[in-house]
Amino acid sequence: MHIPDGYLGPGTCGFFYLVMLPIWTAASRIVKKTLKSRQVPMLAIGAAFSFVIMMFNVPIPGGSTGHATGGVLVAILLGPWAACIAVTVALVIQALLFGDGGITAIGANCFNMAFVLPFVGYYIYKMISYNAAVNSKRRVIASGVAACIALNIAALFTGIEFGLQPLLYHTAGGQALYSPYGLNVAVPAMALEHLFLFGWVEALVTALVVKYLQKHSPELLEESEVSR
Amino acid sequence: MKLTAKLWIGIAILIVLSPLGLLLPEHFKAGSAWGEWGADEMRELVGYIPKGLTKLSGLWQAPLPDYAFKGWEEKGLPLLSFAYIISAVIGIVVVVLLALIIGKILSKKGD
Repeated sequence: MHIPDGYLGPGTCGFFYLVMLPIWTAASRIVKKTLKSRQVPMLAIGAAFSFVIMMFNVPIPGGSTGHATGGVLVAILLGPWAACIAVTVALVIQALLFGDGGITAIGANCFNMAFVLPFVGYYIYKMISYNAAVNSKRRVIASGVAACIALNIAALFTGIEFGLQPLLYHTAGGQALYSPYGLNVAVPAMALEHLFLFGWVEALVTALVVKYLQKHSPELLEESEVSR
Repeated sequence: MKLTAKLWIGIAILIVLSPLGLLLPEHFKAGSAWGEWGADEMRELVGYIPKGLTKLSGLWQAPLPDYAFKGWEEKGLPLLSFAYIISAVIGIVVVVLLALIIGKILSKKGD
């Protein structure tokens, strides 16, 4: 889901940087109000987890690969705004040091994975786990369902961004200038692979960690979030 | 043991296991992620390389492209796995430092 350089036209890249600017500003402002200094290591662990879990590429045999992002888990533990910052840090370093995701696409990639994903996941989790006891099974299920749906929505956005490119940018002869596949190909391709495989991977990773924390550190699931 | 210590150990274990993210796709003959093809794959898929893509894709030369050392593409899986782990370590050190700095700037003092 890391869009590389050259797949989005300059206008699309600029648009998503512009969209992310106020989001990043709001995230810093909100996290500044709520983050306690003892929670700073958790922010770093969240960013590190998101970074490393994205290195676990899961193959579709003979097809493409994909991976979990950890963004919903971080949102459950620290709130969506802190998750936005943590995942942004991971994505920026992936782009700059490892060429995973383009530098022109940092705005778009952050929109999909550091904004849409943690926020969708967080609110679905809150809805399903409403009034559930901290150690309840419902909380584990809520985290898994939230993670799966959130990754799928993020993939859907990514597919739409890819799919709009040939409409927005093409030569007079009809050749695409950037990403070549239209909505009719890009959206189903991104949607289906996440629906059938990668969404489940994200769900499994998220639910397993939540289950582990229920046992070993339930207070993390209770009141440690830094933003609502 | 403090929870954060346990979680750091968890991250360390993930770093050691990270080459699975390289070896499993290789084993199951999976290609690139959708929409993350290189120039050659792109030519194979659509028959041409979009002009704008050629221009923009060379914009940034990452120091450790694809979590490997430059020029190591043909070195074989054991060495590539080693490079993958080193990349994970370097990446996480930088990510953690950056997150700590941002956290320090944003957090309230004293509690």
